Amino acid sequence: MTAVVPRRSRRPKGLTAHIVLALAVLISVFPFVWTIVMATNTTEDIYKSPPKLGFGSHLLENIRHVLDTIDFFGSMLNTLVVATVTTVLVLFVDSLAAFAFAKFDFPGRKVLFAMLVGFMMLPLQLAVLPQFILMSDIGWVGTLKALILPALANAFGIFWLRQYIENGVPDELLDAARIDGAGFFRQYWNIVLPMIKPALSFLAIYAFVGAWNDYIWPLIVLNDPGHLTLQVALAQLHVGHTTDYSMVMAGVLMASVPLVVIFTIFARGFIAGATEGAVQGS
Amino acid sequence: MLSHWRQYLAISPFFLVFGVFSFFPVFYSLYLAFQRWDGLGTVQFVGLQQFRFLWDDPVFWLSIRNTLVIWVLSTVPTLFGALVLATLLHSVRRFKGFYRIALYIPNVTSIVAVSIFFGAVFSNNFGLVNAILGTVGISPVPWLSNPWLIKLVIALLMTWMWTGYNMIIYLAGLQAIPTQIYEAARLDGAGPIRTFFQITMPILRPIILFTVIISTINGLQSFSEPQVLFGSNAANPNLGGPGQAGLTTLLYFYQSAFVNNDYGYGAAIVWAFFVLIMVLVVVNWRVVQRGRKS
Repeated sequence: MTAVVPRRSRRPKGLTAHIVLALAVLISVFPFVWTIVMATNTTEDIYKSPPKLGFGSHLLENIRHVLDTIDFFGSMLNTLVVATVTTVLVLFVDSLAAFAFAKFDFPGRKVLFAMLVGFMMLPLQLAVLPQFILMSDIGWVGTLKALILPALANAFGIFWLRQYIENGVPDELLDAARIDGAGFFRQYWNIVLPMIKPALSFLAIYAFVGAWNDYIWPLIVLNDPGHLTLQVALAQLHVGHTTDYSMVMAGVLMASVPLVVIFTIFARGFIAGATEGAVQGS
Repeated sequence: MLSHWRQYLAISPFFLVFGVFSFFPVFYSLYLAFQRWDGLGTVQFVGLQQFRFLWDDPVFWLSIRNTLVIWVLSTVPTLFGALVLATLLHSVRRFKGFYRIALYIPNVTSIVAVSIFFGAVFSNNFGLVNAILGTVGISPVPWLSNPWLIKLVIALLMTWMWTGYNMIIYLAGLQAIPTQIYEAARLDGAGPIRTFFQITMPILRPIILFTVIISTINGLQSFSEPQVLFGSNAANPNLGGPGQAGLTTLLYFYQSAFVNNDYGYGAAIVWAFFVLIMVLVVVNWRVVQRGRKS
């Protein structure tokens, strides 16, 4: 009896929930679908009244226009280099520091960590102008170094990994390694790193997506039109006097596909990691 | 001290970069806010003059108003929608993983791509939205030239990007609530709406507080959306769109510092703006906390 009553009352409620959720999914996915529609048609077809609503056959032509207008592959390569190098270095720098903060007590630990968390709250824009002045003083304006180096100070990564190491790596294991004569760096390399792989893979995607999508800083610091990252190049595609929206949307599509593919492959672990960080951080 | 050299070595790469590229610049920008400097000539100390000028600058206040309106127009539907979707998602059994991924995906797309997309779809003359309105006999709406509609489009864009993110966070909070509490409520005869307001909401309060703070910090930093939508031509008197209706404070900072090369003024804008964010964070904090006592 008791098992039947809630099930019967849940069924219509479950149906409305699915309808609302499915509608939300449609809204959240629609821009991707419509981008493809626009990118595969000609601008005239889209701007006809009523507009053409189905997929067209002009994708290759639009892509060719994109390649004629901006250095798409050059800027994609720049972005790929920046995002990859940043990600690898962030993983290394952050995990090393997180291990020290999580498992060792040294003078100044609390102060340094509090400082790091405090700065996590500050809007990055406060630092942008002096960062630019600094970059022009050392002659890095226009180089990819100027994008990579500041991104290494990823306080969130340390904050998050520290939590993970503290709870996920048992002290006994480290003690046993210490007895066997393993020093700090051996423990880090042979025990901690293998044990925090899920946390590292979340941080990797987080850092990679962040670097790939970054806009304001590359816009400021990369002033050479022939040497841009993808997002800045995309924006340039849009800024020109062109109204060739099909071409612009082909560019948007080409720039978005790699990231959406990466995300959907790793989505499960990534979302689990994101919620873990958010709920612990609250 | 010396016995811990390995730990200090381990944290030093971070603190080196952090010191040079975050810590020092933040204070240097405070110093700059009291100077006059175009980046090339001499640095001249002018005291509070930049801030006095800021106080009398109508464009600065316009940018603050724009930012606040866009922030409210985006945060309220984002957080409300996220809470509703999270509650629904928590109640269903099938397709949970699919919904989570499909609803989160807007958050990993680039703001530039999304802004271009919204610009195309809400285009005054030929956009999809006006074309659809046209088929039911409604004349074209000037989405990208009316001051309020400009803000609405930017807010819609931000809502689209951030609802899924907040939904995931609420969902994690909901999943942490023990089911026994709900069973007890049901035995006491509480309906779903009463359960939601008297059990779910109070338990979720710390997580709601977290999302409110994050949304305040993120939402007030809108820059790329109007920058991409309306272009950043140096000679463009309408930066931020017609009537500068989409000129957010960060966009004004960008224009002052990097287009007009007025470094001192740019620093003053960004610091005044930071103070505003802090005030709003504290106010939000208070409001959500007071709700708990009543």
